[in-house]
Amino acid sequence: MSSILFIVFLPLAAAIIAGLGNKKLGFVPSKVVTTGALFISCALSWTIFLSFLNGSAEATVVPVLQWVKSGDLDFAWALRVDTLTAVMLVVITSVSALVHLYSWGYMSEEPDQPRFFAYLSLFTFAMLMLVTADNLVQMFFGWEGVGLASYLLIGFWFRKPSANAAAMKAFVVNRVGDLGFMMGIFGVFLVFGTVSIPTILHTAPQVLNGSTIGFLGHRFDTATVLCILLFIGAMGKSAQLGLHTWLPDAMEGPTPVSALIHAATMVTAGVFMVCRLSPLFETSPTALAFVTFIGAATCFFAATVGTTQTDIKRVIAYSTCSQLGYMFFAAGVGAYGAAMFHLFTHAFFKALLFLGAGSVIHAMHHEQDMRYYGGLRKHIPLTYWAMMAGTLAITGVGIVDVAGFAGFYSKDAILEAAYAKGTELSHFAFFMGIFAALLTSFYSWRLVFLTFFGKPRWEQSEHIQHAVHDAHGHGHDDHGHDHAHGHDDHGHHDAHSDGTAGYHPHESPANMLVPLGILSLGAVAAGFVFHGAFVSEGTGEFWKGALVFNEHLIHAMHGVPDWVKWAPFAVMATGLLIAWYGYIKNTRFPAAFVDQFGFLYRFLLNKWYFDELYHFIFVRPAMALGRVFWKVGDQGIIDRFGPNGAAWVVAKGSKAAVKLQSGYLYSYALVMLVGLVGAISWVIAR
Amino acid sequence: MSGFPILNLMLLVPLVGAVACLKAGREQARMIALVTTLVDLVLGALLWANFDTGGAQWQFTERANLFAGFQWALGIDGIALLLIALTVFLMPICIGASWNSIEKRAGEYYAAFLLMETLMIGVFAAQDLFLFYIMFEAGLIPMYLIIGIWGGADRIYASYKFFLYTLLGSVLMLIAMFWMVNAAGTTDIPTLMQYNFPPHAQTWLFLAFFASFAVKMPMWPVHTWLPDAHVQAPTAGSVILAGVLLKMGGYGFIRFSLPMFPEASAQFAPLVWGLSMAAVVITSLIALVQHDMKKLIAYSSVAHMAIVTIGLFAFNTQGLEGSMLIMLSHGLVAGALFLGVGVIYDRLHTREIDRYGGLAINMPYFALFFLLFTMASIGLPGTSGFVGEFLSLMGVYQESSWVALVCTTGIILGAAYMLYLYRRVVFGEQKNADAAAMPDLDAREWAMMVPLGLVTLWMGVYPESFLAPMRKDIALLEARVAVAAPKGDAQVKKGAAKPAAEHEAAHGEAH
Repeated sequence: MSSILFIVFLPLAAAIIAGLGNKKLGFVPSKVVTTGALFISCALSWTIFLSFLNGSAEATVVPVLQWVKSGDLDFAWALRVDTLTAVMLVVITSVSALVHLYSWGYMSEEPDQPRFFAYLSLFTFAMLMLVTADNLVQMFFGWEGVGLASYLLIGFWFRKPSANAAAMKAFVVNRVGDLGFMMGIFGVFLVFGTVSIPTILHTAPQVLNGSTIGFLGHRFDTATVLCILLFIGAMGKSAQLGLHTWLPDAMEGPTPVSALIHAATMVTAGVFMVCRLSPLFETSPTALAFVTFIGAATCFFAATVGTTQTDIKRVIAYSTCSQLGYMFFAAGVGAYGAAMFHLFTHAFFKALLFLGAGSVIHAMHHEQDMRYYGGLRKHIPLTYWAMMAGTLAITGVGIVDVAGFAGFYSKDAILEAAYAKGTELSHFAFFMGIFAALLTSFYSWRLVFLTFFGKPRWEQSEHIQHAVHDAHGHGHDDHGHDHAHGHDDHGHHDAHSDGTAGYHPHESPANMLVPLGILSLGAVAAGFVFHGAFVSEGTGEFWKGALVFNEHLIHAMHGVPDWVKWAPFAVMATGLLIAWYGYIKNTRFPAAFVDQFGFLYRFLLNKWYFDELYHFIFVRPAMALGRVFWKVGDQGIIDRFGPNGAAWVVAKGSKAAVKLQSGYLYSYALVMLVGLVGAISWVIAR
Repeated sequence: MSGFPILNLMLLVPLVGAVACLKAGREQARMIALVTTLVDLVLGALLWANFDTGGAQWQFTERANLFAGFQWALGIDGIALLLIALTVFLMPICIGASWNSIEKRAGEYYAAFLLMETLMIGVFAAQDLFLFYIMFEAGLIPMYLIIGIWGGADRIYASYKFFLYTLLGSVLMLIAMFWMVNAAGTTDIPTLMQYNFPPHAQTWLFLAFFASFAVKMPMWPVHTWLPDAHVQAPTAGSVILAGVLLKMGGYGFIRFSLPMFPEASAQFAPLVWGLSMAAVVITSLIALVQHDMKKLIAYSSVAHMAIVTIGLFAFNTQGLEGSMLIMLSHGLVAGALFLGVGVIYDRLHTREIDRYGGLAINMPYFALFFLLFTMASIGLPGTSGFVGEFLSLMGVYQESSWVALVCTTGIILGAAYMLYLYRRVVFGEQKNADAAAMPDLDAREWAMMVPLGLVTLWMGVYPESFLAPMRKDIALLEARVAVAAPKGDAQVKKGAAKPAAEHEAAHGEAH
């Protein structure tokens, strides 16, 4: 299976060529190299995935190079391919290839295209290194590599202060999680004496059985400490409650980036990690309970915030955060297969939603505020249908025991597993999940109705006004340098009373629509086609031990009461109805609701005030402490009583500073001389 | 190559060059200096190529009795080899960095640099206690001169501070050396490394050496000379200060404190850990609020050196090897960062962060290199910064989870201050016309950046090249310190083997 070498390293080579060649290489060659590399990787990945699907492939490890060998610690660069990796391979390379292609159109007006494509390919390489890791340190390499690429891509429009701030925030908040990950690796090495994943997983039940460890002055269950530390890393990367604040801000990056990194692949790395290490997590019920709780809480929290956001990308970002919560509590209750299945389907429909949103933004001349959309269905029909497919998939539309869209299979599997697990916490997660499903349906349909239905509300948008003015030849474009340009060929000159301001949105070019079409196919069919492989009884065959596959749980899932099976459908329909009532039937209803529940609205609109809180308890104190340590500590105390105090004494005996300087040298030389004379006389006299 | 006095030659070549420079004009002097340092680089490469990895502990030994028991004794082990390699690698780059920026008294300037090279190699190669002492202390004199004569506006104060701090430590160390030679009856360092000093004597011997090494390192709270020295020093001075001179403290700990006073090292480990933890947190926070680029990087150096000290005092292989790798990596990366600052300082003549901005627009390749070194500084895996930091922290985790936790916060704070710097200098809008007009790297600057960048990546991807030469020496050191090493706080206890049925029940519950 040496094709894995090509899958992983072709994107790296492409990134280097496009990145270093940059503008000298030219736009088209750099785009061809990167996109071509990704499509090759993608084709090879599907070959591997299909061979796992039909059961003809076995897990293998392809060694690459020795990395570090220090005492007992020994790890190498190596590429591991098993079922879990194969699933991730197709997700990563497919979405990445499509996003590369989509970017041909979306970024076509961008003067820095080679840099953009180089970053995308670099990201893909790092993500592939992450999922093929055979040891924890290589996983950490990929982990940090995707963090770097994410940082660069969020800050791609580096002139924008908000993009820079968001990029930095993403990196630093992720590093908080990485602290946990690193401590987890240290702990694993201490306990197991190795960082090799297969060895750890193989020996975990024996090594950790009842074992305790001293940590920060207390004694804990070893497995719990290790798993929670590692999970903190997952929380950072997957934007779980507490460490989620970077993800919405990351929407400052170009939209294809949001689709690839902040929806389909990088943010799912935490889920992948928990599944990859599932035999380890299984040794600690406490850690699994923690995972379940955090997942359920995130899924609820993010969904509530998603209902109030007006920026189309931020709605989808909170939606991503919420869906990741589902995956985590699925893992927490032991349904790792369901978690991976949701990861798989989510990658397609969420990438689709983001790319669709990008197509809308493209058509609306960079306007991202849904309050200024409306009535776009007729203007950009293909985008509309793609978004519909995505929305049907994420809200989980489908008929029990018949058929449905992708999210129907994966989300229902998670909810059923949570119910079937039967503990108090899993029931808590179940109800959180059901409520979040209601909210998911509401905010997803709200997005669709605000964007595609109703009357155009475009004239209030500054971006649209700019576009119209540009077309009229007055005013100048003062914001466009950092965006891919939309359409400037608008012909109408009259003032319009229909809310369009005379603006005509255009459907996106083919290179953007083709990826939308392919992903729509995934959003419609991925659940139906693959649920048998991922979450049916007897699919331990498919996973082949790549993760813990709990046959009992799968069995119990099928035995859940009918109301549990139908609950997701009911809340989905309810959410749709509320959204329909509020945004189509009676459009004054949302405002009235906000008037009545102003506090709740502001609380949600301000994202539960997490940013404000963190700014108050972390950012400002860090800066203030820095100044205190510097001005008071270093200068006020150490220098004042140290060298300056001494200088004051010395200066009393000498007026001229210049003389002083040479004076030091002489006195220093003198001390050395005296010392040496002393040494010599002592040696001679001995 | 047995018998060929390569170490002597490596000391002699820069010394001859220094004398030649003294009398030469600017153009000749810099050419002499460049050729001399390149010759030493070639000799260094030969040294490494002929070093027998896994062979005798001390190689290339050269001895000459001078008088009355004093010896001109040279010889290297893997640890010294790596630090010598670092020195000869950085020197031509320093000369390159000074190429256009040094105008006054250029001959003397290059002479000072070449003299310093001799003395630095001498420090790492010395096998006689007093020879080491002379090299160690004299090596700082050219540095005083470089700061004091070719430095910035406040150079007098900076060189004074530098002097004052180092003076105190070295006097105490000298006294301790006398006592040691008296007790052990030899000045031979390899012998002393095997000598067992009585534990009560170790205590104050350790403290005397500690006074010197802690200042050189520098450890908190005796670090305040470093930011001033860096800020005032010319670019090349900063590069060599961060690149090699700071490593003398760490080398001192590895060569003297740990092997000669293992019991005392274990006894004082909590002190070292405490100071290092304080350094990581405090100096990182200070770095966050700096307005001066060089000061920021200087404070970050203190934080990085603190990870070196906790790795050394972790008393295990990962910690020791990690510390060595951080020293090498920091030498490259901090050197490269100062070089980067020098590149833009040469164009705009200010170190104020706020005067820059948007350099990615007019200096894209500079932005690329600066990004690489920024990422290496914050320890991104795949760069040299990661491997050492990771090993060091992993080493200390085996001793104390608290120390590991506090020091690992350095990865968060480090990311914060370095990215904040990068954001203000390289990203954003072009705020000032003069900064916006700066040209990208020229050929000379490319020639300096590329080798640094390549080695940074090499050390990150395949650190085995750098681990292999020192493996045996670290193992010997580890064996010597492990005896006295404190027990870690983890104390993993296997559970009383539960009956299988109960275990099953616990699992069944999860099903």
